Amino acid sequence: MDMVLRKPKVWIALLCLLPLLRLIALGLGGGLGANPIEFITRSTGTWTLVGLLVTLSVTPLRRLTGRADLLRYRRMLGLFAFFYACLHFLTYIWLDQFFDPAAIARDIVKRPFITVGFTAFVLLIPLAATSNHAMMRRLGRRWQLLHRLIYLIAVLGVIHYLWLVKKDLTDPLIYGGILVLLLAVRLPWGVALLQTARNRRVPARS
Amino acid sequence: MLIRTPADISPSEITPPEIYRDRRRFMQGMGVLAAGAALGVAPDAGAGVKLAGVRDSAYTLDEKRTPYKDVTTYNNFYEFGTGKGDPSDRAGSLKPRPWTVKIEGEVRNPKTWDIDTLLKLAPLEDRVYRMRCVEGWSMVIPWVGFPLQELIRRAEPTGNAKYVEFVSLHDPKQMPGQRARVLDWPYVEGLRLDEAMHPLTLLAAGLYGEVLPNQNGAPIRLVVPWKYGFKSAKSIVKIRFVEKQPISSWMAAIPREYGFYSNVNPQVDHPRWSQAKERRIGEFLKRDTLMFNGYGDQVASLYRGMDLKKFF
Repeated sequence: MDMVLRKPKVWIALLCLLPLLRLIALGLGGGLGANPIEFITRSTGTWTLVGLLVTLSVTPLRRLTGRADLLRYRRMLGLFAFFYACLHFLTYIWLDQFFDPAAIARDIVKRPFITVGFTAFVLLIPLAATSNHAMMRRLGRRWQLLHRLIYLIAVLGVIHYLWLVKKDLTDPLIYGGILVLLLAVRLPWGVALLQTARNRRVPARS
Repeated sequence: MLIRTPADISPSEITPPEIYRDRRRFMQGMGVLAAGAALGVAPDAGAGVKLAGVRDSAYTLDEKRTPYKDVTTYNNFYEFGTGKGDPSDRAGSLKPRPWTVKIEGEVRNPKTWDIDTLLKLAPLEDRVYRMRCVEGWSMVIPWVGFPLQELIRRAEPTGNAKYVEFVSLHDPKQMPGQRARVLDWPYVEGLRLDEAMHPLTLLAAGLYGEVLPNQNGAPIRLVVPWKYGFKSAKSIVKIRFVEKQPISSWMAAIPREYGFYSNVNPQVDHPRWSQAKERRIGEFLKRDTLMFNGYGDQVASLYRGMDLKKFF
């Protein structure tokens, strides 16, 4: 037990489960408000987006700190993002549409914010399916190419949020801003910037 | 059982109806005064005070009323923030007394009404209405109020009055959400004069038999049950009679998505989502949205010959 608790992966996994545990606790305690289905939809959607952004922050953080071991947690973070995306999708088809295939199909075709959200979800599936070591080895360089889809998925996720709000764009724009930042630091000048920041920190420490 | 014969009460003991009514109004006034007196301590102490002398009305529904808690904690009232819980969390800063409502524009009797005088203009009635939000959820709410036409008749609109414009309070100190420019403040809504004169159109000052909580639009709001909820302007300070069709806040904000009429219509979708179904708060499965929110028999004639896809 002691050994298990000392593993950061266990802690991160528990942390990632908190939003779900919170929803369950609120649900059992009648704390989901007047419109529980909307609450669950919003919450699982929000945590999918947070999961995607946290996953995308691993590489910049690694460059900033020089800690290569951070990469070890990236897969789990990405899989948790996928996990919340599945809950989000399930909430939509089950609680919101109650398995009405015609209504769901119409929504996907006719409602741009659902088209975009659905596309992002579908694109996440191959990434989750190829996230293990065996697939990494089998796909070789194509693996990295495939997994660059995450950039597109995150962009689609933010657009999905932007297009669904009635008027107040504050929240989706905050997510959008963070995403732009995380993508910008991947550009050559961004990478250089992180490098400089790191170099400045390292000598100061030693 | 005790049966009194008329002789038990001498005619001199019977309170004449006019005095009786005055007394009742006096008591109503006291209730409001008490609410007002409490304002210094808790700004929305008026909410929850029982309204006296409320009459039953024919406007009731065989549908389960949405619980008071949901009606008062799940609100769209952007003056206090865009979250559904923001109004109930933050509307304490609104002061519903003293309050005046200004009647102006194309009328023979322009007037500034004190809210307490205004509320005595006509008998208050209990009216249970469906409320359908443009976002796709709905409630059943027992309002207390009187028909707007009572006020309009006294204002005597001139021949030029074709539309009525409703202006809500603009005071960022009382309404902190107005510090954000989500909409152009003040909130403005409008009706065609015949819509405003319709017997269903209500000026509401209460719900569940009690003084309207701030988050529901205290001290006085409009309720137009066959239109999407945002048409029912809250915390009204001005009612203006005009010749040209007013531009409502939502029309100004997103003209492609919100039209002047905004009648509940399952056949005309919001450009971004369907309006065919709705989730009644408290229910699991969605229900079909009814044409004119189920008030078609009463209001469909107002729109005869109009293309409701065009006049959305």
